[in-house]
Amino acid sequence: MREQFDMMAFVNAVYALTFLCVTALLVWSWLGMRKSEKKREEAREK
Amino acid sequence: MVAACTCQRDKRNFEPYPMHGFANPARFLRLAKWLTPLLLVSGMVVTLAALAWGYTTAPPDRLMGDSVKILFIHLPVAWLGMGGWTAIAIASLVELVWRHPLASIAARAAAVPGAVFAFLCLATGSIWGRPTWGTWWVWDGRLTSMLVLLFLYLGYIALSSALAREGSSSRIAAIFGLVGAINVPIINRSVVWWNSLHQPPSITMGKSMIDPVYLYPVLVSLLGFSLLFGAVVLMRMRTILADMQAEARLRRKAMQAAEGV
Repeated sequence: MREQFDMMAFVNAVYALTFLCVTALLVWSWLGMRKSEKKREEAREK
Repeated sequence: MVAACTCQRDKRNFEPYPMHGFANPARFLRLAKWLTPLLLVSGMVVTLAALAWGYTTAPPDRLMGDSVKILFIHLPVAWLGMGGWTAIAIASLVELVWRHPLASIAARAAAVPGAVFAFLCLATGSIWGRPTWGTWWVWDGRLTSMLVLLFLYLGYIALSSALAREGSSSRIAAIFGLVGAINVPIINRSVVWWNSLHQPPSITMGKSMIDPVYLYPVLVSLLGFSLLFGAVVLMRMRTILADMQAEARLRRKAMQAAEGV
């Protein structure tokens, strides 16, 4: 017997997972860049 | 006198290869400072617009039903997962052959977003496989070679980070980047070489088997994700460069202080 799936549940899961991963990647990259550039400026001033 | 002046000017402006014009970190940073927010904002706008377009307007496919909407994410992230390693291989080649100072930084910067996109390709493909193939995973050529690519990324990240922490030469990571590139054509041709649940290539050079109603949102989504990929690479390059400059400055000051004592 063929299983019946709610296709939109799988679609929503994919969109949610992608949104979470890409947002986390962007925020992590942005904060890491800001932190490192601040550290460089502090090293320049010391 | 005239000849001497010309010679001096030539020496001052001498750049052995055109790409060495971007080898100066200060020049790169000037370019990256306005390019990063531009790529980031345009990438977010284009990606969200493409996904909203595909999600709301694409009709159900005859065989796959509504799950066809996963295509607008799965295809771009798969291409960028492979594109990330291609970027690492090109940067590694540039580092080994021309010793471009920013090449190793660019290769390291492309590894993390490449790994994230390779992971997303596997995860979204697995979720798509459950309702369409009836299974989350099969050990066929396409899925296995993509999993190998994810492991290559993790290995590359570990190796290049360890080399940078030890202050060792990045040439070993560059060789690893070049050798690992053999997996990219294997992933690409896997569905042709081996029997697979995965469908054959939908888009080849100048030809597409995808209906335009799905193809256009896919192409716009690919553009959006590519812009985001570029933004992350630039942010990672700026991070690595800033860390190196801060460390070099602190080391120089520590040496000056030690000499003073």
